[in-house]
Amino acid sequence: MDALRFIGKRLLLMIPILIGISILTFAISNTIPGDPARLILGPKATPEGLEALREDMGLNDPLYVQYGNYMAGIFQGDLGKSTYSQRPVVDDLLRYSPATFELTMFAMFITLVVGIPFGVISASRKDRIADQFTRIFALIGVAMPAFWLGLLLLLFFYLKLGVLPGSGRLDGGMSPPEYITGMYTVDALLTGNWPVLYAAVMHMILPGITLAAVTVGMITRMTRSSMLTVLQSDYIRTAFAKGAPENRVLYGHALRNGIMPVITLLGMAFGHALGGSVLVEAVFSWPGLGQYAVNAINYLDFPAVMGVTLLIAVMFIIVNLIVDTLYFFIDPRLKHN
Amino acid sequence: MVRRVTSSPLTMLGLFIVLIILIAALFAPAIATHSPTEVDLVSKLEAPSAEHYFGTDEVGRDIYSRIVYGTRISLRIGLLVVLIAFPIGTILGAIAGYAGGRIDQVIMRITDIFLSFPGIILAMSIAAALGPSIDNVMLALAATWWPWYTRIVRSSVMSIKHSEFIEASRALGANPFRILFKEVIPNSIAPATIQASLDLGFVILSAAGLSFIGLGAQPPSPEWGAMLSNSREILREAWWAATFPGLAILFTVLGFNLLGDGLNDLMDPKQR
Repeated sequence: MDALRFIGKRLLLMIPILIGISILTFAISNTIPGDPARLILGPKATPEGLEALREDMGLNDPLYVQYGNYMAGIFQGDLGKSTYSQRPVVDDLLRYSPATFELTMFAMFITLVVGIPFGVISASRKDRIADQFTRIFALIGVAMPAFWLGLLLLLFFYLKLGVLPGSGRLDGGMSPPEYITGMYTVDALLTGNWPVLYAAVMHMILPGITLAAVTVGMITRMTRSSMLTVLQSDYIRTAFAKGAPENRVLYGHALRNGIMPVITLLGMAFGHALGGSVLVEAVFSWPGLGQYAVNAINYLDFPAVMGVTLLIAVMFIIVNLIVDTLYFFIDPRLKHN
Repeated sequence: MVRRVTSSPLTMLGLFIVLIILIAALFAPAIATHSPTEVDLVSKLEAPSAEHYFGTDEVGRDIYSRIVYGTRISLRIGLLVVLIAFPIGTILGAIAGYAGGRIDQVIMRITDIFLSFPGIILAMSIAAALGPSIDNVMLALAATWWPWYTRIVRSSVMSIKHSEFIEASRALGANPFRILFKEVIPNSIAPATIQASLDLGFVILSAAGLSFIGLGAQPPSPEWGAMLSNSREILREAWWAATFPGLAILFTVLGFNLLGDGLNDLMDPKQR
């Protein structure tokens, strides 16, 4: 019951943020230099034609009316029409988001299974070789441009060695699995389509590692510093003193108490990965939101860019809500407060 | 204090890298071996050699010289973005923390909204709206960066606002703006300043990313992100074109991070 109230409160707090996000995206849409009507009709437009289209698009209305229309559109699932694909932006977003979501989740999976153990090992062997190695690794991970790592991986594993595929989600000529979630690995697994599952996983390896490089660095550093604090506590010393095995103390006692800040950072890391997907997808021709946005930028397709921005912001907020909820279930102090 | 800086090898490494970058930017014409933009089709796609340290690109431009000149662009972006975002964030944070109440609420909710976008996505849409150019990328990054300073400054203002020296100037009847600018801000700005030194690197990284997707520097500008974007076309023939500009970004960001981390430890009383 408490959990429901907690989540309900968080959901209510989301409303002003969502309104704020819509105002901000609307404001950005309105800063486009030049006249959208002229952009659509081109240089040969007549003054009468321009005026008619402006009236038609509601560009002559006062700003608050335009914002009202924009909001009404959002609630009806109308984000405008992509000037490049000539489809409604919402259709395009639905088409491209599963690929981005799949890749981001894969990168977060890598982040967790690599970042947390690296941080724990680093903290438990403070200032020794393993610690120095992980710290340098994490420092470089955070300072490195992910899209550059992507290019190098592409160069080495695809162009030089030819052991991993370099672009797209499946091998050429392979048809995607039956549509259930739009995430090829999940759909292939659900329909038992093993060759497609294998291809889909292989195609995710390079972009997944690229996207995860930065977040692994973030999580490793946070786990290390949180664990260092916890490892100094009396109960850890007691656990070691009574002869408990090292791994049990580290992962059973210490990590349980040191994981909180890491979970908080997880939400941010997810946001970082979502943002990074724009660049990484461009490197690997991964047909997701990022590549869609980059194409849209090159074709001055503004409704599409704003659609991606809005969707990614909403995804980020939902992830943070989930993280908050996780926090509630993991930290017993919150339940009794 | 100087001894504490020199006793940390990583901080020294950071300082060393930052100095190299500064020197490269200041004396680019003397350090570069070729023109950064001159096309030389005869020597296109040449591998690294004594003549071209980092090789040449698809129109024969010397990559080493382009990277050297690129330090100017990157440093200018980093500095200007921080110089725009830092005062805006600081003043808003100081007002929020000092005034409290409804003003605080309004400022912090606006901050929350900006922070509810992944930074690069918000910057991308603003830069796309303004049109592709390096100046617009700087504006876009500044527009997404200020809320971090607002948060940091607000919390340090909250911790000092009931100090005696501030109570004293209030008792003396100084006007609120005077107190804000003469007492509150100077005494609560240190943590945000350290953050700013860390941010120089991250701003450069983000700007390179935006240039990579075609929003920032336009060809033939020797901006590192744009050079990497260009290198995709010749990845098979010229590994050097993709390798060295990325290394330049990595070292620059690493330099500012190490220096910023070092300053951070220096200010943190727990580490002393």
